[in-house]
Amino acid sequence: MSDNRRRRGVASVSQVKDSLGCMKRAIKMYFGYFPKLAPVVILCFIVSSVTALLPAIFQKEMIEIIEKHIATGDWEAAKPEAVKLIVPLICIYVVALLFSVFQSQILAFMTQRFMHNLRTKMFDSMQRLPIKYFDTHKHGDIMSHYTNDIDTLRQLVSMAFPSLIRATIVVVGVFAIMLSYSIWMTLVVVLGVIAMMVITGKVGGGSAKYFIRQQKAVASTEGFVQEIMNGQKVVKVFNHEKEAIEKFEELNKGLTSDSSKANAYANILGPIINNIGNIMYVLIAVVGGVLLYFKVPNLSLSGAAFSISILVPFLNMSKQFMGNLNQLTMQMNSIVMAAAGAARIFELLDEAPEADDGYVTLVNAEIAPDGTITEADHKTGKWAWKHPHKAEGTITYTELKGDVRLTEVDFSYVEGKQVLTDVSVFANPGQKVAFVGATGAGKTTITNLINRFYDIEDGKIRYDGININKIKKSDLRRSLGLVLQETNLFTGTVMDNIRYGRLDATDEECKDAAKLAGAADFIERLPEGYNTLLTNNGANLSQGQRQLIAIARAAVCDPPVMILDEATSSIDTRTEAIVQKGMDKLMEGRTVFVIAHRLSTVKNSDVIMVLDKGKIIERGSHDQLIAEKGTYFQLYTGAFELE
Amino acid sequence: MIKKILRCLKEYKKDTIFTLIFIIGEVILEVLIPFITSDMVNDIKAGARIANIARTGGLMVAAAMFSLLFGTLAGKYAASAASGLAGNVRSEMFRRIQSFSFGNIDKFSTSSLVTRMTTDINNVQNAYMMVIRTAIRAPFMFIFAVIMAFVMGGSLAMTFVVVIPVLIFGLLMIGKLALPAFRAVFKKYDKLNESVEENVRGMRVVKGFAKEDHEINKFNKASGDIMFDFTKAERIVGLNGPLMELCIYFNTVFVLYVGAHLAIGSKGDIIDVGQISAMMTYGIQILMSLMMISMIYVMLTMSVESIKRIAEVLDEEPSITNPAEPVMEVADGSVEFKDVAFRYSAKAEKDALYDIDLKIKSGMTVGILGGTGSSKTTLIQLIPRLYDVTAGQVFVGGVDVKDYDIKTLRDAVAVVLQKNELFSGTIRDNLKWGKEDATDEEIIEACKTAQAYEFVSSFPSGLDTYIEQGGTNVSGGQKQRLCIARALLKKPKILILDDSTSAVDTRTDALIRLGFMEYIPETTKIIIAQRIASVMECDMIVIMDGGKIIDTGAHDELMARSEIYREIYEEQTKGGNDDE
Repeated sequence: MSDNRRRRGVASVSQVKDSLGCMKRAIKMYFGYFPKLAPVVILCFIVSSVTALLPAIFQKEMIEIIEKHIATGDWEAAKPEAVKLIVPLICIYVVALLFSVFQSQILAFMTQRFMHNLRTKMFDSMQRLPIKYFDTHKHGDIMSHYTNDIDTLRQLVSMAFPSLIRATIVVVGVFAIMLSYSIWMTLVVVLGVIAMMVITGKVGGGSAKYFIRQQKAVASTEGFVQEIMNGQKVVKVFNHEKEAIEKFEELNKGLTSDSSKANAYANILGPIINNIGNIMYVLIAVVGGVLLYFKVPNLSLSGAAFSISILVPFLNMSKQFMGNLNQLTMQMNSIVMAAAGAARIFELLDEAPEADDGYVTLVNAEIAPDGTITEADHKTGKWAWKHPHKAEGTITYTELKGDVRLTEVDFSYVEGKQVLTDVSVFANPGQKVAFVGATGAGKTTITNLINRFYDIEDGKIRYDGININKIKKSDLRRSLGLVLQETNLFTGTVMDNIRYGRLDATDEECKDAAKLAGAADFIERLPEGYNTLLTNNGANLSQGQRQLIAIARAAVCDPPVMILDEATSSIDTRTEAIVQKGMDKLMEGRTVFVIAHRLSTVKNSDVIMVLDKGKIIERGSHDQLIAEKGTYFQLYTGAFELE
Repeated sequence: MIKKILRCLKEYKKDTIFTLIFIIGEVILEVLIPFITSDMVNDIKAGARIANIARTGGLMVAAAMFSLLFGTLAGKYAASAASGLAGNVRSEMFRRIQSFSFGNIDKFSTSSLVTRMTTDINNVQNAYMMVIRTAIRAPFMFIFAVIMAFVMGGSLAMTFVVVIPVLIFGLLMIGKLALPAFRAVFKKYDKLNESVEENVRGMRVVKGFAKEDHEINKFNKASGDIMFDFTKAERIVGLNGPLMELCIYFNTVFVLYVGAHLAIGSKGDIIDVGQISAMMTYGIQILMSLMMISMIYVMLTMSVESIKRIAEVLDEEPSITNPAEPVMEVADGSVEFKDVAFRYSAKAEKDALYDIDLKIKSGMTVGILGGTGSSKTTLIQLIPRLYDVTAGQVFVGGVDVKDYDIKTLRDAVAVVLQKNELFSGTIRDNLKWGKEDATDEEIIEACKTAQAYEFVSSFPSGLDTYIEQGGTNVSGGQKQRLCIARALLKKPKILILDDSTSAVDTRTDALIRLGFMEYIPETTKIIIAQRIASVMECDMIVIMDGGKIIDTGAHDELMARSEIYREIYEEQTKGGNDDE
């Protein structure tokens, strides 16, 4: 819908003011990338604008020559004068053309370089934002920074900005020339301009009103279409096509009529401006004629007497003046839009990145039989936390075991709405800890805290005895394998997707991981096996198959701790039984946090935590909890519904 | 393809024609105005009487007024024609989509259909408006201005003999070089945006695996690649400006110098100051009109993609249509599959279903079990003819489903789909999809049977509770039960539940099934389930694997005979209980 946004009416003064700050920053940023080129480009703009003023001046001079010689009809006498006038003009034009070609090439280069820099800067900042940002912003809105907002900025630097400079110079220049020729005539032009402003303001306002209405109509139609398309199969099953069409026609009628009105207003702006120009032309001609006829003394900055050689270029200048002034107001609009786009982009760029004060890192380690740990520069299969102590200037190493302890943790996403209260979980290396509870009970939240997608409010979390706040986030997360309910695969081959878990994994290691996850079977049956290209989040695979690849991805990363958040909920029980074998192998010797909807998945956990409204209400092994005959027992026997 | 879209103009044909007529009027006046002004200039110069000047001025004001009138009308009709066209195309597309079978729907993703109905149609609307406003204007402006230039300027018009070919040649060259470059780069650009979307959606994975730097590198490379291509394309297009300037400069120099020569040489007989001034105006008009034509060309090529994608939908023939003499009544709820095979598309390598022979007597309760990919859903979708069989026949009530009136058949066969959807509206609105004139009593009865009444009546506004788009304000289990109630209201001859109680607890699940016995005892009930408990008591259980039926029978028979069944049974009931 960006086209429509672009075409709204004239901008108000306050909007212009608001956006000035953003504008300044955008321009600063733009030229900041090209400190040497910037003055060159501005020089180009000035040359091309000044050149636009030339015809008026040269026309006046030439008419004077014609006037002087027309009575005699002696071209030979006039020729030297004409040549003397025309040769400099040609020279100036040739130079101007060279500048123009240079400007077009350099501008294309600068615009694209700027776009590239801005895009990568945005993407870079975005990667460093905390998960919270993505949880609290609609993906569509984030995306529109990369499409609509950046596009308005492109228009700004490549089109609006140059033509703004040019139009300003031309308007000022023409105005100065007009004043120097005749103040009376200039007055007439100014009156015409005021009339034009008033009328276009009115029409533009009407246009804006209807564009807003159109926007609303578009949104509601789009919403309806989206909903029906989503449920198209339900519509078919219930023979509901006729009703859907009726409702759609109603919305469509409104949209068509609003769109027609909005565009009509926008369309008539052109003819209005054009013809006010024409009427002004007549006015100037008549006033000029009167001045000439009655030989009214001219009032001008140059002191020249009023003559036909002034009147004729004046007529053309009046058009040029209006045209450029009009362009200025038009550009104002696109500048306001661009400023709004820039403001949204800056919002993203200014968003505070995910803080990471961690200094404990994960290193390959060699462990001597006596337990001493030394850092290794190659893969040893063992890992250790490297813990520098600033105060003493020493470094200690702690073996990575997968011992995770949460003690009395409190957490809330929004202040005042406590999600977790007093949660304590102790997971010994190799233990399987399960979380069970209704949607919103806080199961996923706990795992979000362990990998520090979010930070705890109160309490503490220790990983192998180290406060997790001290661990560098990327290293912390590298030690935690993650399989989520919503699988997200990336465009690329199956192999690429598995390797995502660890970029330096060999093909063999990836294949082994796939085998472990029980995914190898179906992958090998794909048309091109591991080289099958996945697009659109693996749309060509079934949900279960996607999940198996996600499990393989986690397996290749070979982490000591795994988080499985509803990892098997979209696989049927029979397939799950197969996957479960792979998963069991995967879980062997690792600390595992499991969140599952199906209790059959968590039954064999070492500890099961039953969560309710952010509190752990029951904990124990399956048998213990069944014996307790509490909530878990009720869930297990089907007396309770989990949602 | 374009014809296909234009056929949707219908009642807006006349608006289009009016637009064209008024634009021709506007153009004629616009071209006449410099002619009048040159007269006026000459009058003034000759020191004519004010009355003369005023008369010419009056003529010009009149011309401007008419030009304004025509311009306004043209603008209004153009807006109406383009919006009308867009409205008709939207309507045509929506109707076409409504006539699609499941097979047709599968070809297009939801989001692609929505884009086609919004962005693409919007592009077409803008392109159409631009074309009818300028496609006539530009060539007419060009022709009239050239004629006037020759009429008025005589040999001075020779400038255009030089300028026009140069400009046309230049524009063609630029277009030829730039268009493919742009097309290629736009494709890459779309891909880049898709990859950003993927990244945003998968942010938990990116961060979870600490792959931010990897993603940044990937993006930087792709973005740099695009920058390179884009710069190349834009540099070509950037030459447009200098080319235009070259022509205007040439024109200015030529008209000034040669004009002066002619004016002085002929003592103002052939040409005078007024004409010289007018020739400069015509020069700009002619060059602008050529520029406009090249812009239209660009605009059209840009919208071709949109047109293509719209035409794709309009050209898609519904794969399932009513037979010529349809059977208008379904006798009973019996179902029979005879030698059925099915594949989703001719290109598919394997049959999704094969060797299917199955007889279900009216009133039976049938359970279907099988792993993912065993084609359970595919099987049941053949019953209400959501897809057509590839080979063999499906009978409902003893008649081949292909012989039924589709509406009659689907009214008799209610399917609760796996991918359930509720629509924005009240609960009552949603349930009335099952029966348009259902009374509150009927609705409540259906809700009770589907075990939905308890929670519905616990809502403050009961049946008037508003369901948000996508049913996001009810839980999964509640949504499933409402969808069952909606299907029950149809009082169908055959009721099919495709894994429709997966989020409902086992006790409620059992109660729902019990309710069926009372509510629709005569109806054939076909239940696809993951939970063995949901199908254990059925009259017949069908076990599917890899697209074929591997066994059918009652629970006891299968326990004795089928290894797979026993496996599933034991898996789910280990420890004396079934899972949640």
